[in-house]
Amino acid sequence: MTMGPVDLGWIVDNLDRIGGLLLEHLVLTGIAIGIGLVISFALALLIRNRPRWYGPVISATGILYAIPSLALFALLTPLTGLGTVLTAEIALVSYTLLILTRNMVEGLRAVPADAIEAANGMGYTAVQRLLRVELPLALPIIVAGIRIATVTTVGLVTVTALIGLGGLGYLIVTIGTSRGSFGLTATLTGVVLAVGVAAIADVALLWLQRALTPWARRGAAT
Amino acid sequence: MGAAGGCDVIEFLGEVAAWFADPGTWSGRDGIPARLVEHLWISGVSLAASVGVGLPLGLLIGHTGRGAAAVVAIANVGRAVPSLGLMGLAFILLLPLGLGVGPVPTIVALTALGIPPIVVNAYVGLREVDRDLVEAARGMGMRERDVLRQVEIPIALPVILAGVRTSAVQIVATATLAAAIGGGTLGQIIYIGFNVGDQVRIFGAAVVVAALSIATEIGFAALQRAGTSPGLRGRPYVPTEPAQVGREAGEPMNP
Repeated sequence: MTMGPVDLGWIVDNLDRIGGLLLEHLVLTGIAIGIGLVISFALALLIRNRPRWYGPVISATGILYAIPSLALFALLTPLTGLGTVLTAEIALVSYTLLILTRNMVEGLRAVPADAIEAANGMGYTAVQRLLRVELPLALPIIVAGIRIATVTTVGLVTVTALIGLGGLGYLIVTIGTSRGSFGLTATLTGVVLAVGVAAIADVALLWLQRALTPWARRGAAT
Repeated sequence: MGAAGGCDVIEFLGEVAAWFADPGTWSGRDGIPARLVEHLWISGVSLAASVGVGLPLGLLIGHTGRGAAAVVAIANVGRAVPSLGLMGLAFILLLPLGLGVGPVPTIVALTALGIPPIVVNAYVGLREVDRDLVEAARGMGMRERDVLRQVEIPIALPVILAGVRTSAVQIVATATLAAAIGGGTLGQIIYIGFNVGDQVRIFGAAVVVAALSIATEIGFAALQRAGTSPGLRGRPYVPTEPAQVGREAGEPMNP
């Protein structure tokens, strides 16, 4: 069965394989964002205590961000092996750091001084104040960063196919550009799924942020 | 080389140095000079095409204020479509036209990739210009074209150049992926290395690619700085920050 140049029969025949690649793509993305969040949070706390570090940390993560993914995978190969998940994840995590750290620092800096004073006046310890006052108030800007990092990472994970991992890049390039008649079908399936994953993750994160910050919605309504 | 000791690392770097010293690395179709030249011209043509399409579009929408929804759509699509997906699609769609092999699909994909940041930044840059200034210029009898050329563009220049910079860095970086569709570039040397399992060649070529990308990032940062009024310049190097349109309601702007 075909629809124009798209071979629906191929998609049906390969549903299991496509599902497996999609799952692999989601796992690779999820690990990168999870570890990226932990490292950026540590960097943001470091910068909060030592504001001088902001420039160097942001410049270093910015330079890292400029290195093409294929080159970064290649540079890591002697240390972590050819086409291993570790190689891919170190590179993918590196790319999340610029956006995540910058938004976390911005978010924490945007917390109104009044709120911090009020928390101090109520006898909060520094940790309590961070967890109960500062992080919740910084959440919209932090989540904005997570959304950009997630959408970017979903796209970058496709490149891991070039170093022999799976993910949707395998559909886009490895199967897509092989000389079969289903090339366009495979490439389109990969692209559509990647865009779909990015869009769903983006909307889900926005929804999560709204659910976690009901006061912002109330404020916006007035 | 999972648990490489200090000696192994030095030995490996020695092999990489030997690779760089080998005249074979610097000659032939897959030599560094030939692939570097290819990488640069493909990136240059693509950037020129992106600016040629994106800048007039962004300036038009920014100046008139009409079509903001289109800018948001371009920004979102530009971010969500993977660059490798653009490459694969360009290759497959141009294949029946006899243009699948060679630089054409790469240039098409890179141009498409480069347009969104330029449109978004030109639009945001112009919208951020103080409306009172624009009204004053109009009140002085300036024609619309002169308002754009003499008031809006000079004030918005740093933001516009930031867009060109983001675009240039993305194009030079993504050109590496052309190897996956037979489009050559420096990525080809890495790609050959992966296929034959030659870690020395992979690493050496990646060093060249990384150096080129960092040079592009820093070079365009300097250009952006040169286009910024001296009184407004910040630190010597600030990473690219793509302008964001359509921030969510309730989300505070940068403090």
